[in-house]
Amino acid sequence: MTVIHDNLEATEAKMSARDVNVYYGDKQAIDSVSIDIPQKYVTAFIGPSGCGKSTFLRSLNRMNDTIASARVEGTIELDGEDIYKSGMDVVQLRARVGMVFQKPNPFPKSIYDNIAYGPKIHGFAEDKDDLDAVVERSLVRAGLWNEVKDRLADSGTALSGGQQQRLCIARAIAVDPEVILMDEPCSALDPIATAKIEELIDDLAGRYAIVIVTHSMQQAARVSQRTAFFHLGKVVEYGRTSDIFTNPLEERTKDYITGRYG
Amino acid sequence: MSPAILFLLALGLALAGWLAARARAWSFRRADPGVRMAARPTYHAWYVALWIALPMLLFGVVWTILAPNLVNQAVLASPAAADLPAFGFQRDTILSEARNVASGASSAVFNPEAQALVEPFREAMTRYAWIGIAVSLVLAFLGGAWSFLRLKPDFRARTRVERTVMTILLLASLVAILTTIGIVVSLVFETIRFFGMVNPLDFLFGLHWGPDPMSSPDNPDPTRYGAVPLFWGTIFIGAIIAMIVAIPLGLMSAIYLTQYAAPSMRRWVKPALEILAGVPTVVYGYFAALTIAPSIRDIAQFFGASNPSSESALAAGLVMGVMIIPFVSSMADDSIAAVPSAMRDGSLAMGATKSETIRKVLVPAALPGIVAGVMLAVSRAIGETMIVVMAASTAANLSANPLEAMTTVTVQIVAMLTGEGSFDHPATLSAFALGFVLFMVTLALNFIALRVVKRFREAYD
Amino acid sequence: MTDRTLPTRTPVFEKRLKQRYASERRFKALGLGAIVFSMLVLLFLLGTMTINGIGGFQRAELEVPIDFTEVGISGDAIQMEQGAAIQSLGAQGLQTVVEFYAAAALGEEAAAQLDANAWREVAREIIADESILRGTTTFELPASSDLAAGYAGEGSPEMRQLAGELSERGVLAKNFDPGFLTRADATNPQQVGIWGALKGSILTMLVTLALAFPIGVLAALYLEEYAPRNRWTDVIEVSINNLAAVPSIIFGLLGLAVFLWIFPNLRSAPLIGGMTLALMTMPVIVIAGRNAIKAVPPSIRDGALAIGASPVQLVFHHVLPLALPGILTGTIIGMARALGETAPLLMIGMRAFIATPPEGFTSPATVLPVQIFLWSDEVNRGFIERTSAAIIVLLLFLLLMNGLAIYLRNKFEKSW
Repeated sequence: MTVIHDNLEATEAKMSARDVNVYYGDKQAIDSVSIDIPQKYVTAFIGPSGCGKSTFLRSLNRMNDTIASARVEGTIELDGEDIYKSGMDVVQLRARVGMVFQKPNPFPKSIYDNIAYGPKIHGFAEDKDDLDAVVERSLVRAGLWNEVKDRLADSGTALSGGQQQRLCIARAIAVDPEVILMDEPCSALDPIATAKIEELIDDLAGRYAIVIVTHSMQQAARVSQRTAFFHLGKVVEYGRTSDIFTNPLEERTKDYITGRYG
Repeated sequence: MSPAILFLLALGLALAGWLAARARAWSFRRADPGVRMAARPTYHAWYVALWIALPMLLFGVVWTILAPNLVNQAVLASPAAADLPAFGFQRDTILSEARNVASGASSAVFNPEAQALVEPFREAMTRYAWIGIAVSLVLAFLGGAWSFLRLKPDFRARTRVERTVMTILLLASLVAILTTIGIVVSLVFETIRFFGMVNPLDFLFGLHWGPDPMSSPDNPDPTRYGAVPLFWGTIFIGAIIAMIVAIPLGLMSAIYLTQYAAPSMRRWVKPALEILAGVPTVVYGYFAALTIAPSIRDIAQFFGASNPSSESALAAGLVMGVMIIPFVSSMADDSIAAVPSAMRDGSLAMGATKSETIRKVLVPAALPGIVAGVMLAVSRAIGETMIVVMAASTAANLSANPLEAMTTVTVQIVAMLTGEGSFDHPATLSAFALGFVLFMVTLALNFIALRVVKRFREAYD
Repeated sequence: MTDRTLPTRTPVFEKRLKQRYASERRFKALGLGAIVFSMLVLLFLLGTMTINGIGGFQRAELEVPIDFTEVGISGDAIQMEQGAAIQSLGAQGLQTVVEFYAAAALGEEAAAQLDANAWREVAREIIADESILRGTTTFELPASSDLAAGYAGEGSPEMRQLAGELSERGVLAKNFDPGFLTRADATNPQQVGIWGALKGSILTMLVTLALAFPIGVLAALYLEEYAPRNRWTDVIEVSINNLAAVPSIIFGLLGLAVFLWIFPNLRSAPLIGGMTLALMTMPVIVIAGRNAIKAVPPSIRDGALAIGASPVQLVFHHVLPLALPGILTGTIIGMARALGETAPLLMIGMRAFIATPPEGFTSPATVLPVQIFLWSDEVNRGFIERTSAAIIVLLLFLLLMNGLAIYLRNKFEKSW
């Protein structure tokens, strides 16, 4: 049973999960998870490796659909609509719920084309001027504009690791999503690049609901307002980040935070 | 003296040596039970056996090549050969008839002159057969004795045997280089002879091809050896028409198999496509000539084309395209599968549909590999012989109309070398020149394709 | 923060989404269509061959009852070797006997349409069973190729009419012709068979295997296990990879220029053909062998070395046995390719008309694909059927070999 702190102010839940189970074949990876992802906050998922954080994250934008043996039970709602109901369009969902991956994965195209990819296929911008504007806006918001504005035609893969990840974030922003999911976005980056990304997350928090999976508690403490502690496929505790880290209610949470395991 | 008997003799003597050497090695042990032998007795045995067998086999190979020439020389030196024509087809026929009778391969001769040579042949054959056996036995004896005398308890038999084995392995690997050198040398040699008779520029840039193997070899008409219509036909049929068929079909098949098909479907469709590559080209050629070409001609006539050929470039090209599909689809399949799934996930996560992801992300990312696959397919198509021999024509036509008859480099190689001409005629030699060009072009295509694939793989590792 | 119009909720987006899904469906259909089309072409090809080829295993034959008790043919010479025995029976007038009885049973016109060599088949049956000479037997003898054409609905109107009459009477029919598989090449489709070409193929394949397999395996072992990483081995590797992609006709040119120069009187012999094909097949075996050897895990090698095995013992006692299934699979596939090759063998002269099957590796011979090629020029319906039948035989052999290779691969596919 998830222990939810009771001092949470009422916020609009952008996404909410109720009794979600996720199976890979016969193996159960997520067990009865029920939490809310609030609007305009950064929510962090923490927990030891293999506890299901990434799996749960991927069910929020139905990326688990690409795995043949994956099965999702329960309800996950975006703005009150069940995203797993049969009429729900996955393409539309993923335009509204964007994702940034652990290892930066820019397309083997130019920086410009990487960013323009989303708006073009969804038809959000078609003529050159619109696209230019979107590209610039996204790169500015991702904090990358000044570094690449003179070389938009260069290949996205020619950037440094940190720049590539910011490019991926800019790419996700370019389709104007409502939620951004980030799966350990800094684990492949050096500390300086990490700091830049965390700064970026702060800037973005006001505009989008952000969910970040991280194995670094310090990172969770720095960037998020809400934290959910995952353990063995269950959410053990959920509450304000400051509370979770200074005053955890569950024994397991306390053990994890103090480094006793994981 | 058939080579088979020499071979068996070598084996038998080697076996004898093997047993004798092993017995000797055992005797070392028995004489002094405490002695530490440097190698097990079997290795001593192999050492002697190799020293007997290898010289005999080597000699056997050399002798099989030399002996017929020596026999010929002996017969030609005999008085019965004084009346023979000095050279040429006639003389060769008489000689081979006599030889066949002498060896028992046939029972009678057509040419009365050959009858007189039968006895000298028999004599020479028997004489050289005995010489061959004698030398083999001497070699076996020398080899066996020398190696046997070297056997001692502390003789490092195993190291020596193993070193011999390694040398044999190395020689086996060198066969590949030898073959390549052989191809290059033989082609270059004859090509140079050809270019001595016909100017290379006339050959490479001439627009008219029509060699006459019956004409005098001394003054070949350079305007008849222009290979451009052949190059064009080869490219038109193999690189254009065949590719128009093979690339879309191969690429789309690969895309469907890697992105849409269930694993069970993929498991049997992939081998089924490979069957297309396994059908012998002579079957494809027959199919093209029997069924496809007449249908094309009939359809073309129905639509009002004037005088379409029943040996059209289109017929050969279409069938060749079908044969090539697996080459394109296999390389495309590998290349698309090699694109990291992070790229596919990144595109899907942004709300792209599967086909958008494939068209805009996967295929561009896999493009070097796909292009390399196409190059390899083109290389295969232009080197293809039977389909075009049977379905296309020998008319060296320089036209852009696929319904007309055309010929290719490979067809002309076959035509020039299976005719009546003698080996010194420029028409015959032109086949080698064509072969040389073909070899170089396919080599270049393969080389570039493999380099592209290597660099492409590195980019993703 | 200000509320913005979410771009995914507009009707424009919805409409565009529908188009994108339609485009997706079309794309997927194209992919499936490509596969289906390729399969259909393959089935069409196999189907045409089969339909044409069924007739090739049959032969139009006339029924001729012969009562040997009325004829004075003695069976003394039957014990002799077949050629001499047939000659002796011929000398005793067997041919006239056959023609006489044919005329009696079928009429003069039909008897004239008996194949010229039909009496030899009677002779062969007598040689096989002497008791025939003591009674009456009804023989199914080949009709002439003209009558056979008439039976098939082609050829001159007279033949067609005659064939119609005879078949109505029940004396002309198309029967299964096992002789197709035991006879050699001939000039008319009624007498033709593929045994000569088949034997030539078998002999050639034996030579190819005997040369390519040892050299290929030994070279693969050397390159994978012992070769130092230097310039020379790179050259060898590049050579092998290139040779695997050289058009087969070039090997024919090589065979013509080199092997026939060394052995000028062995034109069209299986030995030369085998040597040429061996050069072509060896790189395939080397590449397959290398992959099989690479797949043997290092742990096995380490274990052997730790016991003190020498490099040669390591390879021959430990690595080779484990790599053997993969090597065999690659070899069978390479041999299947060689079996279907035509162009290089045309170059070395295997395109002659060989009426008797080859005696040994040095007799003139032809191979099955070349035989098919030689027959393909004939437009006679009978030959079309025979050619298609020969193609069926060739494809069956290839099916067998590839099936064997796949079976081996699956049976020995070990996951380390």
